[in-house]
Amino acid sequence: MNSTPLFSLVAGVLVIPALVLLWLALGERLLRLLPARAQDRVRPWLWLALPLLLGGTILVYPLIQTLLMSFRNRSGEGFVGLDNYGWVLSEQVRPVLVNNLIWLIVLPVLTLALGLVIAALADRVRYEWLVRTVMILPMAISFSAAAVIWRLMYAYQPAGAAQTGTLNGMLNQLGLEPIAFLSDPALTTWALIAVGVWMSTGTAMLMLSAAIKNVDASTLEAARLDGAGELRAFWHIAVPQIAPTIIVVYTTQVIFALKIFDIVYTMTNGAFDTNVIANRMYAELFQARDYGHASAIAVVLLIAAVPIIVVNVRQFREENAR
Amino acid sequence: MSTTLPAPARARRRPFSPARGLVHTVLVVVCAAWVLPLLGLIVYSFRTIADSATNGWWNALVKPWFTMTNYQDAWTTGGIGRAILNSTLVTLPTTAITVVICAVAAYTLARMKFRGRMTLLAIVVSLLVVPPQLTLVPLLRLFGDLGLTGELPSVWLFQAGFVIPFGTYLLHGFFRAFPEELLEAAALDGASVPRTFFSIVLPTSVPIMVALAIIQFMWSWNDLLVPLLFLGGGADVAPATVQIAGLVQSTGGGLNALSAAALMSMIPPVVVTLALQRYFVRGILGGAVKG
Repeated sequence: MNSTPLFSLVAGVLVIPALVLLWLALGERLLRLLPARAQDRVRPWLWLALPLLLGGTILVYPLIQTLLMSFRNRSGEGFVGLDNYGWVLSEQVRPVLVNNLIWLIVLPVLTLALGLVIAALADRVRYEWLVRTVMILPMAISFSAAAVIWRLMYAYQPAGAAQTGTLNGMLNQLGLEPIAFLSDPALTTWALIAVGVWMSTGTAMLMLSAAIKNVDASTLEAARLDGAGELRAFWHIAVPQIAPTIIVVYTTQVIFALKIFDIVYTMTNGAFDTNVIANRMYAELFQARDYGHASAIAVVLLIAAVPIIVVNVRQFREENAR
Repeated sequence: MSTTLPAPARARRRPFSPARGLVHTVLVVVCAAWVLPLLGLIVYSFRTIADSATNGWWNALVKPWFTMTNYQDAWTTGGIGRAILNSTLVTLPTTAITVVICAVAAYTLARMKFRGRMTLLAIVVSLLVVPPQLTLVPLLRLFGDLGLTGELPSVWLFQAGFVIPFGTYLLHGFFRAFPEELLEAAALDGASVPRTFFSIVLPTSVPIMVALAIIQFMWSWNDLLVPLLFLGGGADVAPATVQIAGLVQSTGGGLNALSAAALMSMIPPVVVTLALQRYFVRGILGGAVKG
């Protein structure tokens, strides 16, 4: 790197944002030369020019390129039709897709259930702020740091040796055999999903807790007067009212599970049958250097996300229709 | 927010009942389970290498014997100081660029009327959930051609560009609810559109901007994939996430210096998120596509 840290910091924090605002100010000067009606027609595009340029370069252009490259060979030149997709569906890649499917099914259900229980219970106690803070904490921790935290939780020594891992230490106290959480292929994906649950239940709890606070209290009171217990009242009165939020939480968690990369990369790097799509893609890119395979496997992620995209756009249009 | 409708538990004090006992028990157990992994690492990071290798960290609670050597090692041989500086050099510019660009885009889409507005908004919403992996291959080539690979701006541009849909969506919701009268009054006073934006809209939108800034700060600081790809693992540019992930994969046994490095790297995002928790929660809630 040829620039000093201070220079980079000033350039990035001050100069670039200042240039953006300068662009708007100078653009307005030029707009004044136009008739009033034309000004209003041109201004939106002047304002959108920079966001469109950045978003177009970072998101739209590469998306289209990836779609095209998924039909080309490993160096991205010759057209190979659907060969890369055939490879994605082959025996070689199937275990990776299966692992991702396990993540997709298990993680959202667990975080949703836990988040709902915690949000509902915390709503009834005075130390709700403390519960919320504890749940938010893992959200602020990087996956790299979380990997270190969970290495310590899952550390394993063969039976007989002193256990230094937290969970195996507990098992030892209970007189049980130690478990190889991070090297037993039957268990490891589940151990990694537990890390995912630890990291993402906070988001679910925050959203659900906000929704629960907006439940119409009089409807709950009416149910209680009719003799419904707390559990019944919550299930039959509150849950239907917060159903839209439950769906939002569920979709955010599905997306989180779909693109899961960091946990697997830092904890096992795909060993012990834990590989997922994003990690396989990374390997294709940097070890096999096969752009065709890497692009095709990335498109699988997109295809899985399409139903959620369609639902989101439709809802947004309904809300903002004017 | 309907603060006029308090939760039943707060409305009236109830005597102790088994059901309430169960509520407290569940909450305490969950909180303990959530804190335990972090607590373990904190205690572990202050123990000597010999102690950590022979017995579990919980023994330190019975027989305390603490040392700072892990922190010294993380600083000197682990290079965590430089890595945290690199993280700062990645995160602060990314956050500033994100807030400015998203504010301009969201204001235009929320308050200006033009053909194609709804289409652009639909594109923004659909790009919300695009996995970052889809953009990596072409961008690696593009940045390579532009000579940006290995330079900080590559990460600034990627992280800021990637968050445009989220940030625009979050701020759009706020700007749409902005009182029309204020804007009309400014226009009647002869203020130009940029002037209204700078001196009326931006100052009154500080809370939502802070919400976006915190979330982007946290994402950027904690991002592993993008700096790993665009900056590489060299110690002079690697941010804390890349440095720690590298150390995790290269150490088989003890986590001693690593535990200290991980804890030091957590301090900035954890402090920012918890200190500005109200804004953080607002950002998380505002950024979700509503049902």
